[in-house]
Amino acid sequence: MLKNRSIVSIDDIGDNELDDIFKATDEMSNALKQGKVLKLLDGMVMATFFYEPSTRTRLSFESAMHRLGGSVISVSEAKSSSVSKGETLADTVRMAEGYADIIVIRHPMEGAAKLASRFSSKPIINAGDGSGQHPTQTILDLYTIKRELGEINGKEITIVGDLRYGRTVHSLLLALTKFDVSINLVSPEILKVPDHILSRLPKGIKMKVANDLDSVMEHTDVLYVTRIQKERFSDQTEYQSVIGSYSIDMEAVSKMKEDSIIMHPLPRVDEIAPDVDSSPKAAYFRQAGNGVPVRMALVSMILGGK
Amino acid sequence: MERTLKISKIKDGTVIDHIPAGKALKVMTILKMDDRTTNSVSIGIRVPSGKMGQKDVIKIENRDLEKFEVDKISLIAPEASISIVKDYEITEKFSVELPTRLIGTVKCHNTECITNLKEPVSSDFLLISKKPIVIRCNFCERNMNEKEIISSL
Repeated sequence: MLKNRSIVSIDDIGDNELDDIFKATDEMSNALKQGKVLKLLDGMVMATFFYEPSTRTRLSFESAMHRLGGSVISVSEAKSSSVSKGETLADTVRMAEGYADIIVIRHPMEGAAKLASRFSSKPIINAGDGSGQHPTQTILDLYTIKRELGEINGKEITIVGDLRYGRTVHSLLLALTKFDVSINLVSPEILKVPDHILSRLPKGIKMKVANDLDSVMEHTDVLYVTRIQKERFSDQTEYQSVIGSYSIDMEAVSKMKEDSIIMHPLPRVDEIAPDVDSSPKAAYFRQAGNGVPVRMALVSMILGGK
Repeated sequence: MERTLKISKIKDGTVIDHIPAGKALKVMTILKMDDRTTNSVSIGIRVPSGKMGQKDVIKIENRDLEKFEVDKISLIAPEASISIVKDYEITEKFSVELPTRLIGTVKCHNTECITNLKEPVSSDFLLISKKPIVIRCNFCERNMNEKEIISSL
């Protein structure tokens, strides 16, 4: 049971808890479609602290809380908060726990949500910590695969783009090890999955590093595309050398299996051509749409509304 | 061949033996012993050892070790033994032991880890592997190998 628990890392979710989350997400999704007004968290307050830019994650968390009948208080950026006065994150969290029932944090430093969870008696949800993890994105990624393809086990998943700094990739890789899947990793040399993540993957995992996307496209079930993140490069010449390394256009899509899908945590820059959006394989906007019901399910389960 | 240590006995203090050859000076750094130290110290570097081939040994007069110091030593000298000497006699002898959790012992090597900001927390690591030594930060979840541990001590 997730009741009163923090979600800092994807490891905080037990193997058998994912099914419960998926079931609760289906229910939330159906309720949204039917236009039901839910009052599961009536009177409860979520505090959101986003010290890094965010559109989807922030909006979907806030939308989820409102949809559940709760309310949201938020700090939009570090500049406008007490952090700019030198307050520690530990102090900020201890203050916020007096104002809210659940705290959502995005922070540029790795381990920030973990630190927050140590100082807060209220549950903390990690909405991204630097190049660390983004566990709720991973849960919605897994939910999307299951919903789109009916099953996660047995699928071949190709992850392409920035595998070094992309926190969604790190969380997703760790989570996929719990399933019987084949994983292909495709990235420029300087954006390979870092050793600290590779060393945590079990030895028997079916995984291969492919330099050429074409070589894996034909048998891929899920093509998970990520943006090469300009903001994570300290050396902009390095960024220039890899920008545009992979571009998925209709010609590339035509090589994919019939029932395959394309996912992307968004935002995209130029890694997926706009004309791909009309392909039924393009699941990334449906994936983003799953963000609200998934986060409704998580928040509701944590706060005991369900 | 005669195999004798050319280091005299100490009257009172601590002997750190079975330090991997060449690591004695790092142990001295851990103990914050430098040119301002007033204790009498004998250091043997690369002395013959039946068990290790070569080893380092340190004898320090009038100095006890704190637990956090022993924990730090265990990270670079996991087979070290420590003897407490009183009036030329060993009154206590024990092997260092790598703790399964290390709190406040070593700084996280990851500059992007939240513990490297001015937050009121001690570093916190889990022992992942003894040989080769690997520890994992309980905050940023990054692993540190021996080289990174030594540079962070």
